[in-house]
Amino acid sequence: MTMPVGHVVPELCLVVAGAAALVVALFAPRRLQWTAAVVALGGIAAAVVTTADLQAGPQQLTFSGTWAVDAAALWAKQLILVATAVAVGLSPEWFRTDPRHGEYYTMLLYAALGSIMMAGAADVMELVVGVLLASVAGYTLAAYHRRCPRSAEAGIKYFLLGGLTNPLLALGAVFLFGLAGSTLYQTLRLGLPAAASDPLLLVAAAVLVAVGLAFEMGAFPAHAWVADVAQGGPAPAAAFLTVVPKIGAAVAFARLFTLLPPEQVGWRPVVALLAAATMTLGNLAALWQDDLRRLLGWSAVSQSGYALMAVVVIDASDLALPALLLFLAAYAAGNLAAFGVVVELRGRTRLAGYRGLAQQRPWLAATLAVGLLSLVGIPPLAGFAGKWTLFAATMDGGYAWLAVLAVANTVVSLFYYLRVLAPVYFAPATEPIPALGGWAAAATMAAGAAAVAVGLAAGPLVDSFSRAQLLP
Amino acid sequence: MLSAAVAVPLAGAAVLALARGWTERAARLFAIVATGVPAVLLVAAWLRFDLGSGQPFQLVEEAPWIPTLGVAWRVGVDGISLPVATMAALLFVAAVAYPEDYRGRPRQYFGWFLFLDAASLGLFLTLDLLVFYVFFDLSLVGMYFLIGRWGHADAQRAALKFFLYTFAGSLVMLLAILALYLATDPLTFDMAEIIAQQPLAGQATRAGLTLLGFAVGLGIKTPLFPVHTWLPPAHVEAPAPASAILAGVLLKMGTYGLVRIPLSMMRDTFSRYALLLGLFAVASIVYGALVAFGQNHLKRRIAYTSVNHMGYAVLGIAAAGALPSGQEAARQLALTGATVEMVAHGLVTGSLFLITGSFWRRAGEYDMDVYGGLASRASALTGATVLAAFASLGIPGLAHFVAEFQIFVGTFAVYPWLAGIGLLGVLVTAALFLQLLQKVFFGDLPERWAEFRDLVPSEAATLGLLLALVVVVGVFPRWLLDTIQTGSALLVATP
Repeated sequence: MTMPVGHVVPELCLVVAGAAALVVALFAPRRLQWTAAVVALGGIAAAVVTTADLQAGPQQLTFSGTWAVDAAALWAKQLILVATAVAVGLSPEWFRTDPRHGEYYTMLLYAALGSIMMAGAADVMELVVGVLLASVAGYTLAAYHRRCPRSAEAGIKYFLLGGLTNPLLALGAVFLFGLAGSTLYQTLRLGLPAAASDPLLLVAAAVLVAVGLAFEMGAFPAHAWVADVAQGGPAPAAAFLTVVPKIGAAVAFARLFTLLPPEQVGWRPVVALLAAATMTLGNLAALWQDDLRRLLGWSAVSQSGYALMAVVVIDASDLALPALLLFLAAYAAGNLAAFGVVVELRGRTRLAGYRGLAQQRPWLAATLAVGLLSLVGIPPLAGFAGKWTLFAATMDGGYAWLAVLAVANTVVSLFYYLRVLAPVYFAPATEPIPALGGWAAAATMAAGAAAVAVGLAAGPLVDSFSRAQLLP
Repeated sequence: MLSAAVAVPLAGAAVLALARGWTERAARLFAIVATGVPAVLLVAAWLRFDLGSGQPFQLVEEAPWIPTLGVAWRVGVDGISLPVATMAALLFVAAVAYPEDYRGRPRQYFGWFLFLDAASLGLFLTLDLLVFYVFFDLSLVGMYFLIGRWGHADAQRAALKFFLYTFAGSLVMLLAILALYLATDPLTFDMAEIIAQQPLAGQATRAGLTLLGFAVGLGIKTPLFPVHTWLPPAHVEAPAPASAILAGVLLKMGTYGLVRIPLSMMRDTFSRYALLLGLFAVASIVYGALVAFGQNHLKRRIAYTSVNHMGYAVLGIAAAGALPSGQEAARQLALTGATVEMVAHGLVTGSLFLITGSFWRRAGEYDMDVYGGLASRASALTGATVLAAFASLGIPGLAHFVAEFQIFVGTFAVYPWLAGIGLLGVLVTAALFLQLLQKVFFGDLPERWAEFRDLVPSEAATLGLLLALVVVVGVFPRWLLDTIQTGSALLVATP
């Protein structure tokens, strides 16, 4: 067993920063609890730099084949880190009055670490550990407002669904081990086709794993927590939980399912149905929401459906992996911008409360517009680059019907995003709209700027994404 | 030069978005200059345009955007896009110069107009399919905000319907674009390259579905019967200058797109389904004219005549693509006519919608029946409206006649009976415009309009410019036709 520690320096940065934030939280006085956020940002910055260093190196499997250091994992890692940094930025003012403010950042970092492990896992056990880490830290984040019934309810719902699906994932891992005699992806790739003597068990394993990862992605059939967490959880945590685990789980989904032999397990049509159900269900549920956070939660579900489109045609189209990464980047930027506006407006969530925002706070209104229109896929914003490459990949891979359905869903989604934007821009202000403060505003604007920049600068991104591999 | 024609209004929009404390006058002057620059640039481009070059596109500029996937900023003009783009640029100057109630937000109002100007010119000038789509969508965003914010009572509903409906169309078109793109080798969105490759030739089903996608997407935008239903509410609720742009520029995106994409890039498939497209065009011609006749609302009536007029343009395009080869002269005539129709309709209907704005600001009424006898009070307004209405109904010597004459002559050669039915539309249009003039300007002057004000100088100057061009195109069409023919000749030539 070789231990090239250099390949996990970014992860170690997060572990150390998480522990350091905890120490700060234990000893810092109440008014200085926010310094834990600085510690967290420092850890994230170190992880970003060391990940960039790895990106210059070769794409390979490491730690005896259990850990992938390929461009797909590394880009997902960068995305997760940047998204986490934005979530950290959204938090200090929101949690200012919370006596346990500092520990929150530890949870945030460890949830991010779990997501990173999902993205890089090249061993089913590794994947299970990543999922569990992200889940456990995630439950805490969702229920962080202990005295708020809605937050507690969100945490419980998240926990119950996770408590159901995490064991299913573990069971799927056991089945895979039983079939191939190993949990290593490399071995599974060779061993699973030979296990065709028992296709039923293979199908069962695939279904169990899919359900486990669907939970982390917020995809059908394990999507029920998303809207509650978005509405009831602390808004910065909701921004984090609807973005970061999804990135890790989507890459994990793609990586694991490329191992399944399509001749014996017809997984592509099944994942296509999952994608179709997820996007349609999310969109229909979002349609008439009058609560912006809940609306964003359902929109996050529908966006998981689009992300799954890339998984459907992974390996079947060269465009699939670049499209997936680009889409995830775009989604993260757009969703964080939209949630950021909610945070900066002190959790303001009734749609009617957004009347006249453009008059009172033009920059926040513009950020919200950019975020939502990017989620729709209006060019030249990030979401457009993500969506058209996704559509092209799906059509290229022979799933044109899924692209048609996604188009129909996109039109539906425009309707509810415009239900948010119309009062912002067309109605007169009826009440003063107070804001939170500088940290949250800066993080929100950064996410909004990213939603523009990723779209305009898609060239270099696509260039490096298209050289990405999904090992093994 | 062409890139600057897109960049200047876009930069102008950014300046207006960030500026603080500008007066209405300053914002308006700034907007007139910022829309004037691309108009001047395009006229200059026209002067540099070489009629005998034989190149498919001229004045080409290129810069990479997403090189890995074959996307680039490519602009250039041919005989089709140059006149349409120049007309659009001029109409934008007219629209921002025309007075309007800015609801206390002149800066944003002009900002969105400049944004829309950049999107429209970008669409007509680009030579990259994906960039074409980008501008196609951006035009929706700009128009959505203009209608929703500065429109009349039910504007938000109309804006929403407009956005959803046309966005659905544009996404269907996106799928068609991607189908075309995926069939290129190597993958590229370069229009010139795709035209040369004719990527889907010989793949019957896939090519048919792709063409259907383009027909639906561009047909909604044009709009063709039966997917025109977003148009009347959008026009009725939009502020008049936005209506003028919607009719004059945005609708052209549909017909221009038909010429630029399916007609050029899928010749075989287009010829197979051209008759079907022609049938829808004729249905639009007849339906648009008849329904327009039934409207008493000024804007709604003019809006439906747009359905009718764009029907002529599509009929010309269908005739031009009717055969993969043969009948070149007639098909070229039809395509030239269709292009002139786009220019003429932009100028004429743009003027008519601006005129409705003058009515609204003076009287707050769009109902034709409440007016009457205004000829005695407002002679300049009457003159302008009569000229525009006569132009619209196709009187010889004015722009539409040049267009429709060529469309019908060209179509007679390939689809005689379609042309015959289409002529009915001209009759109805004549009746409905004469009735409009009679109701509004002649007869007794109702008491309440005794103080009706004639055109103010800014209105008179703007309309004067547009209508002078209508007369010039009608009387001396040669310079325009020569330019258009360089494009239409290449498009109908047997490869």
